[in-house]
This record gives sequence, C-alpha cells and structure tokens, in this order.
Amino acid sequence: MNLKKSFMLALSNILYDKTRSILTMLGIIVGVAAVIILVSLMNGMTGMITDTFNEMGTTTLTVSVTDRGGSRKVSEADIYELRDENPQLLSGVSPSVTISRATVKVSGSSDTVTTNISGVSEEYADMKQLTVTNGSFLNYMQVQNNSKSCVIGTYIQKELFGASALGQSLKINGQVYKVVGVLEEKDDSGSGGSDDVIYIPYTTALRNSTAASISMYTLTAVSEDVADEALALIKAKLLELLGDEDYFTATSMAEMIDKVNEMTGTMTLLLVAIAGISLLVGGIGIMNIMLVSVTERTREIGIRKSLGAKSGAIMSQFVIEAGTVSGVGGIIGIVLGSVVAILVGKLLNLAAIPSVGAIVIAFGVSVGIGIIFGYLPAKNAAKLNPIDALRHE
Amino acid sequence: MTPLIEFRDIYKIYQMGDSEVHAIDGISMKVYKGEFLAIVGQSGSGKSTCMNIIGCLDVPTRGEYFLDGRDVSHMTDDEQAEIRNKKLGFIFQQYNLIPKLTVLQNVELPLLYAGLSDKEQETRALNSLERVGLRDKAKNMPSQLSGGQQQRVSIARALAGDPSIILADEPTGALDSKTGKEVLGFLKQLHSEGNTIVLITHDNTIAAQAGRVIRVQDGRVVYDGEPDIAKFATVAHAGDEDGENNES
Repeated sequence: MNLKKSFMLALSNILYDKTRSILTMLGIIVGVAAVIILVSLMNGMTGMITDTFNEMGTTTLTVSVTDRGGSRKVSEADIYELRDENPQLLSGVSPSVTISRATVKVSGSSDTVTTNISGVSEEYADMKQLTVTNGSFLNYMQVQNNSKSCVIGTYIQKELFGASALGQSLKINGQVYKVVGVLEEKDDSGSGGSDDVIYIPYTTALRNSTAASISMYTLTAVSEDVADEALALIKAKLLELLGDEDYFTATSMAEMIDKVNEMTGTMTLLLVAIAGISLLVGGIGIMNIMLVSVTERTREIGIRKSLGAKSGAIMSQFVIEAGTVSGVGGIIGIVLGSVVAILVGKLLNLAAIPSVGAIVIAFGVSVGIGIIFGYLPAKNAAKLNPIDALRHE
Repeated sequence: MTPLIEFRDIYKIYQMGDSEVHAIDGISMKVYKGEFLAIVGQSGSGKSTCMNIIGCLDVPTRGEYFLDGRDVSHMTDDEQAEIRNKKLGFIFQQYNLIPKLTVLQNVELPLLYAGLSDKEQETRALNSLERVGLRDKAKNMPSQLSGGQQQRVSIARALAGDPSIILADEPTGALDSKTGKEVLGFLKQLHSEGNTIVLITHDNTIAAQAGRVIRVQDGRVVYDGEPDIAKFATVAHAGDEDGENNES
C-alpha cells in the first residue's frame, strides 16, 4: 500500500467528517499557533531590546566613582593614562559630566527648553557613533580651553531655532554657547528622545556644575571580544587607586546585554513551555478521537481485514490518519500563528517575524504527537480478530 | 486431485461460563475446484462458524483445515490475511461496503491490499464492475445505490482479486425475492464460468440451486449430496423452511 494513496485516503477521511476533524485539529491548531505567536513576539521584543543596547554601543564601558577625599582619588589623567598604556584593550575615553534639567533658550526669544546637558570629550562622537550632519563635533582645543561651544540634536534645533542653528548662539543656564555642530536626526525628534541632546566640553560643564570632580567616565573597548578584559583592567586600576570596591562601579554594555538576553531567554522558554502544554493537550485530544474512531470503525476494520488487509496496513492507515489530521492542524496553526504574530507585531511596533526554528519545531511536535497518540489506538485496531470486528455493530 | 477445501475433524468450541458450546462438533469434508456448494442449516447449527473458518476469519479449536493443499489453520494473522486476499472473495448478507469510499474505491480495496499499482487496481476494479453491470456507478457512493446494486458491488469486489473460492454468506438475506433471484442467477453464472462457490443459507429452496448441499445441524454434517429437496429436507426439523432469523 503506497504512501501517497494512504495520504489521499486519510485526507478523504478528514473531509468525510469535517466537524469532527476540525474539532480534533483545534487543540493542535491552538497549540501550534500559540507557540509561534509567543516565540515570534518574544523574538521581536528581544530584538528590540538588543537593538536599543547595541545602539548604545556594545563595546561601551561605564565607570562611576565616588570621591573618597584625601589622596585616594581618581583623576581624568589616571583614566587617560590607563587607555594610553593599554591601546590593545581601550580605544576611547570620555569623562562624563551631566548638568541636569538645564534651561536652554535663545537670547531675545521667550521659547525655552529644559533638558540635560552632557559634558563630554572630543572622542565621544566616535565612541557613540554620533554623526554630525551640519558643522563638526567638539574638538580637542575646545575641550582643553573650556570653550563655550556646543553640539545639539535636531530636537533642540527645531524647538529653538526652527532653521539651521549652526553658528548661532544659545543660552544654557544664562551662559552663552556657540553651536558648532548639529547631529543627525535619529528618531522622531520628541522631547527626551535621542535628538533631545546638547553636548558641551566636559571641562566647561565641570566649571558650571556644582560637582567638585568628575564622577563618571565612558570608555570603549577596542572590540566586543576584549570588552570583558578591558573591564577587568579598569576595575583593577580603580581598586588600586581607591583601595576599596565600594567606591566605584564599572559595567560593560556587553555584560548588560548578556543579562537582558538571559532574562528574555528564560521568559521565552517559560512561554514556550506553556504553549507546549497546550500542544500536548491537543495531542491527547487526537488520541481520544482516534480511540473513539477505532471503536466506531471496528466494522470497517473487519471488512478491510476480510479483504486481506494485514495488521501493518490497518495500523499504518490509522497512524497516517492521525499524522495527517495533526499535520493539517499544524499547517493551519502555523498560518494562523504567523498571521497573528505579524499583525500583533505591527500593532506593538515589533519585528515579530515567526522564526523558521519555531515553525519547524511546532510542526514537528504536532505531527509527532499525532503519530505517537495515534499509534496506540492503531495497534489495538490492528490486533482485532477479523470475525469479531465484522460482527461489531 | 487435491481438494480446494479440506476439513479434517474440525471442532470449534466456545467457553460459555462453565459449559462448553460446540459450534462445530467434528466436521470433515472436501470441496473440489469448480463445485457449487451450499451449506444449509438453521440458526445456531454452526453453518456460519463453518463459513468463518473456510474464510479464514476464525480459527478452529481443533482439527486441520487445508486450503488448496496448505494447512491454513495454524498460520499467523498476516499469512491468513494474505490467504483471504489471494484465495477468497466474500459476499456478505449486509454487503459490508465501506460507506465513505466510492463504489470504485470499495472494489479496489482487495487489489490495494494485494499491492497492485494504482492503474492496475483501477483497470481491474472497473472490469469487475463491468461484469456486474455497474461500471457507470463507479464514482457513486454506496448509499446512492439500491440494496441489489450494493450487493452486486460486493460481488464485484469479491471477483476483483480473482479468488479461488467465492464465499457467499446469506447473499440474498437482505434482498427482496426478485433481486435475490437476480443475485442467485449471477452466482450460477459465475459457477458456469468455472468459479468455485460456497453458499451459506438457511433457505432450502436457495440451497437447492447449488450443485451440492451440505446440511449442518448441531455442529455436525447430517446430509451431504445432491440438492434434491425431498432427500435433504427429510432430515430437517419441521418449520425450518420459514427461515425466521438469519445468522450473520
């Protein structure tokens, strides 16, 4: 008995009793769709989170220190020296001084913007892959001379100037700064977004802030591969300088991404396990239907046996039927799950593309369950004595 | 000449609680190729059990059954399935067509299990349907046919595999007398074409159409010979001819 014909017979059996077939398949459809939807959405979410972190630079290392007073302290010279001594590990260094909620305005205008001002070094643009579309980023001289220069995001330009801001002046907390560069637009230029930024030399920022010394440094590792090594180096240096781990923290973005991935991974696994349970329930549904079907079709089995069907033929018929029912259910589930995942993804603004892995696994599991749960009733069917089966009403 | 069917002291004993019921109580017989045999008997006489054993649908408790010279009473299930497929064609009282398959698919079934190619299955099934005059109904479902037509389909199915023996179990039992006669006429025609036919019936008048009659009573053969009603009916109990319940 060839396989193709068996499939055709199984398919015609499914079509013969549509209601029952659909009810049988429902469990598998829901299970497969659930697996695909959950995995796709989790993938989309993980992707979004990872992208956000990647945007911040996977090689970025952040150091914050507390001034201990006395001789134990960290100066920017120490950090620069560390970089210069280890060019194979560290590439960029920028002290980071933040002036929170500064009032920014253009002289003669009543429009004001309240935003955080970042005091950084000239290396910061390269470290963070900032692109200046108009003018240029802060340079070494400006940083050394406490120059009152600034680079602004497109949101600030739009809010305060409307037109090009290059060469214009603006007032930050009452002090006049010259705009030397405008950054490339990154998002939809909302308040608090990545275009709502103003960069000034960290030296200038330090002067105008209440902080006595620099408490934050941003560094970049040469590559992602050496990020951990670079982080260890920094920690060792800081420990040497400060004498106590409590006075500093040093984290790498890669480390954080790992943690986030670990978390989302665990969540995906949990959700998939839940979806897996519904798949299993679907499989048990198939087993129930197959058991009923074998009982109902005992006479048919008797007829087939009287015509010369061997146990193997009867068994393969039932197993193929169970496999086909769950396979068709699986395909419907895949289509349904993919469509729902993509639609929900669109709604949530996630790239929720169903992964090939999820589809293959969901389909494999559904067909597998169908075959396994179809096997037992099929074995019973095949063992029936032909005359007993024929006499069954 | 080797007999096609040979029973050697066959017993079929059922355990009913404490007591044993001898459905067949030591039957020996030989049937040769080309015979038209009717096994006749009342309900519970053991004729159906006889037919089940001949058809390899059931195994005897004791004794040996040779089909075409081979001992089939001790074969495995699958070997018996093969014997049923190759050597036997069944015609049942209730037709036993599979309702969700078309007429053609029903007739193809024994050929499918014989492992023939799709094309050959179809050709032979259509030929077989042609013989019973139902070729034009090939694509119909069994439920769309009359009882007589359904029985003809089951005859076509029995013929499709070109079996050595055609076993007919009360083939006219579910039909009115006119269609019953037609079906019987068809069996006669098959016999005249050289087929071996074993007919099981409770009805003496139908049995009388056969070339040879075996009357079974209480699991034993009480008459074996010419289908002369006067002769074989004498051993029958009174009231046997009314044919109340059919065994199936």
